[in-house]
Amino acid sequence: MTVLSSSKDLDTLTLTMVAEFDATPESVWGVWEDPRKLERWWGPPTFPATFTRHDFVVGGESRYYMTGPDGEKPRGWWRIDGIDKPHRLEFANGLSGDDGEPVPGVEPMPGYVTFEAVGGKTRMTAVTHFVDVEQMEKMLGIGMQEGMAAAMGQIDALL
Amino acid sequence: MVVHTLSDDEVDRIFQALADATRRDILVHVLRHGQSVSALANRYEMSFAAVQKHVAVLERADLVTKQRRGREQIVEGNAATLRKAGALLDEYEQLWIDRANRIADLLRQEGKSR
Repeated sequence: MTVLSSSKDLDTLTLTMVAEFDATPESVWGVWEDPRKLERWWGPPTFPATFTRHDFVVGGESRYYMTGPDGEKPRGWWRIDGIDKPHRLEFANGLSGDDGEPVPGVEPMPGYVTFEAVGGKTRMTAVTHFVDVEQMEKMLGIGMQEGMAAAMGQIDALL
Repeated sequence: MVVHTLSDDEVDRIFQALADATRRDILVHVLRHGQSVSALANRYEMSFAAVQKHVAVLERADLVTKQRRGREQIVEGNAATLRKAGALLDEYEQLWIDRANRIADLLRQEGKSR
C-alpha cells in the first residue's frame, strides 16, 4: 500500500498525505526535480501535465498546463521556496491565466514535502496549506484537489 | 475533470455556503430537525436579518429548504445536496492518492530499467 495516511485539518486548513515508496530518497526526489518525470504523475492520465518551465532552485518558478480530453488547458505555476535535497522541498502552487502567467491577486498555496529513509524505503509526507476557502474555490478550476481539503473537512464534520 | 452531478456554479455555491462557521452551525441544527428562522435567530448573537441572510445563502446552495408553517418559516436541511458534495470531494481526495500511486508506478519502472 503506497498511501499510508491522508488527513484534513479544518482548523489550520491543512491537508497531509503520507506515502511510502520502495526506492531511495534520491529516487523519489527525482520525480519532483526532473520535469519529464513530474509530468508523468502530476496530472491524471486523462489530464496530463506539461511543464514548460521548471527552475528547480530556491526562488525559481515553474509553469505548467494540463490537457483535458476536450482540449481544455487549465494552467498553473509553482514557486520554489526551499530546497534541502533529498530531504525537504517547499513550494507554492498557484493558478495561471490563459497567458500561462500567475493570476494577479490570487495567492499561491504554500506547502512542503519531506522525504525520509525508513527501513530501506522512503516515506514521503506532502503537506498543503490553504490560505482561505475562497482560494481553494479558485484552485478548483485546475483540479487542485489539495485545495478541496479544508472543504472536505467541513463536510466530513457535517455528515 | 471529475465526473459529478453538480455544475461548477452549484459547487461554488455549496462551498461558499459552507465557508462560514455560522452557516455550518445552522446547517448542522436544521439537518437534525427543522427550525423556524426566529428560533435560529435566538441561538446567535446577531440580528434576525443577519440570520435570515445566512439562511438565504444556504437556500441558494440548496443545502436547506424553507417551508411556510402557519405564520412561521421552517428551515430544513437538505442532506441529499450535502451527500452529493461529499461524494465530489471524495473524488478530489482520491486524486492525491492517485498521484502517490503514479509515483510508485514510475519508480517501479525506473527500478526495472536499471
